Amino acid sequence: MSTTLTTPEPSKLRGIGGGRADRLFRGTLIFAASSVLVILAAMIIRTTIEAWPVFAKEGLFGFVFGQQWSVGTSRSEVTGTYGAFPFIYGTIKTSLIAVVVAVPLAIGIALFTNEVAPKWLRRPLAYTVDTLAMVPSIVYALVGMYFFRLYVWGPAGQVIADSPLTSVPIIGGFFSGPVLLSSYWSAANILAIMILPIITAICRDVFAQVPEDERNAAYAMGATRWEVMSKVIVPHSFSGIVGGTMLGLGRALGETLAVAVLIGSSQRWAGRLFAGGDSMTAVIANTFADAHPEAIWALLAIGVTLFFITMFVNIGARLIVARVGGRVGGGAVI
Amino acid sequence: MEQQTVTEDHAPTSAASTMDQRPGLHVDIGQRRRAQHNEVHITLKDVTVKYGTFTAVRGVSLEVPRKEITALIGPSGCGKSTLLRTLNRMNDLVPTASVAGSVRYNGEDIYDADVDPVEVRRRIGMVFQKPNPFPKSIYDNVAFGPRLNGVKRELDDIVEKSLRRAALWDEVKDKLGQSGLSLSGGQQQRLCIARAIAVDPDVILMDEPCSALDPIATLRIEELMREMTSDYTIVIVTHNMQQAARVSDRTAFFTVDVDNPQQERSGVLVEVDDTETIFTQASDERTEAYITGRFG
Repeated sequence: MSTTLTTPEPSKLRGIGGGRADRLFRGTLIFAASSVLVILAAMIIRTTIEAWPVFAKEGLFGFVFGQQWSVGTSRSEVTGTYGAFPFIYGTIKTSLIAVVVAVPLAIGIALFTNEVAPKWLRRPLAYTVDTLAMVPSIVYALVGMYFFRLYVWGPAGQVIADSPLTSVPIIGGFFSGPVLLSSYWSAANILAIMILPIITAICRDVFAQVPEDERNAAYAMGATRWEVMSKVIVPHSFSGIVGGTMLGLGRALGETLAVAVLIGSSQRWAGRLFAGGDSMTAVIANTFADAHPEAIWALLAIGVTLFFITMFVNIGARLIVARVGGRVGGGAVI
Repeated sequence: MEQQTVTEDHAPTSAASTMDQRPGLHVDIGQRRRAQHNEVHITLKDVTVKYGTFTAVRGVSLEVPRKEITALIGPSGCGKSTLLRTLNRMNDLVPTASVAGSVRYNGEDIYDADVDPVEVRRRIGMVFQKPNPFPKSIYDNVAFGPRLNGVKRELDDIVEKSLRRAALWDEVKDKLGQSGLSLSGGQQQRLCIARAIAVDPDVILMDEPCSALDPIATLRIEELMREMTSDYTIVIVTHNMQQAARVSDRTAFFTVDVDNPQQERSGVLVEVDDTETIFTQASDERTEAYITGRFG
């Protein structure tokens, strides 16, 4: 008896069905990804083209540092004077003050939520802060307008303006009165509330990432709870806090409605904290509706400028985070 | 007062003669024969530690002699790490933990209501399983504790002294500004020891300090521990029986007990004695079974 070996049927390894679907899928994904670039490029190019006549007339320096903003009525050429400095100044001033107010508060809230509060309270607390982020901008604007401005920031500003702080050389003038209800101060405060959730959330995340081992090491050396927080948790999270701050700053720079309502819309910039002013977003929101074509170009020029400012802030944030993160050896989240 | 001494009160048994037939026990013992131990530094009396309703350790009474090394050994889950953490009130950081019984340090109960756990931890330092330097420079790591205590001027001296004491100075003296994380695992662990002794404690607790290290680094730490007994009382938790035999003067063997009425598992102290005695003529058969590798 002899057995015959049979050759097996070919097992169809060379199909092409999968390949075609893969190519299609790949193409779809490439389209999705590139659409972002296209949209971004279209926005930059289009607005820059529209704004170009204004930049051409004022020059970049004249536009950024010019203090006169008088709007013309032409449809075809630039007849007015467009110096956007009061708005750029207002935007940066309110955003920076907002950050100065919000960051310590956010760190405090995050430390309390993560480290101090009893376990059962932590989640509700975190949710409460997150809820702040879901409140629409217009609600902030209204609550700021009809409540905080009148009953909190106004009186608080008055206390500051009456305090000995005003007689300190150099910085004293910044805090001097009279206290206007719609001012840089009010706008900065509403911004601070609005950027609080994002900074708090990021602080919470980075604090939670501090290894248990490091806390224990500090406790084992006789550190108090406060010392563990201030000397271990916060320093370890420094790059994350910087990242969160920059993210908050980015939001503050771009926030429109609440600032437009609360900043006072005065085209004259003022060094004082409690004076009224204007910001880039506020002047766009408040004036575009009945602007003539050339004024629209000027507002678009402000838009382009704001875009580049926020872009630089974000690039700066990433650089700082990368540098600090690299030096300390990890801990960066952003 | 609590100044009594722990003396060898065990009778020699015939178990010693069967030593040579035991498999797997090639450890160096007998170097530290002691006629008498130093005075007692820490006394545990009937210590029970619970996490919520779970009893992690039950009814431990133990005396830790001054300037000697006491090893806590036993199978996983026997509560030896938990017990170690009750010695400097690290368990306070676990909200559900509760301690019954008394832990006396220099005769003072560290669980008395008016005792500040922060002060306890400054005197009873701790080194952890995984080397855990801060992501700071070598210098700042060692200076961390003294700075907490407000030391400013003699900081350089303290850092150098601590690093020397931890046998790390010669390796790092030229790079004190570098990150502690740039060191090797063994160096990191010695940095952690330097950091612990920089606050000038007199007891150091070590929770499996070598379990993340290679054999050579382990050996260096063990040598260091022996050297440190001139100044410090050391309590070490280890999974490594040879290590306990090599470094410790006294060994406490713990196991998991399920014979109590509630049928719950909890750690109990089986026996504590001179290391040599534990490893050659343990009086409890469970100890013998464990150290000869029959369980655990």
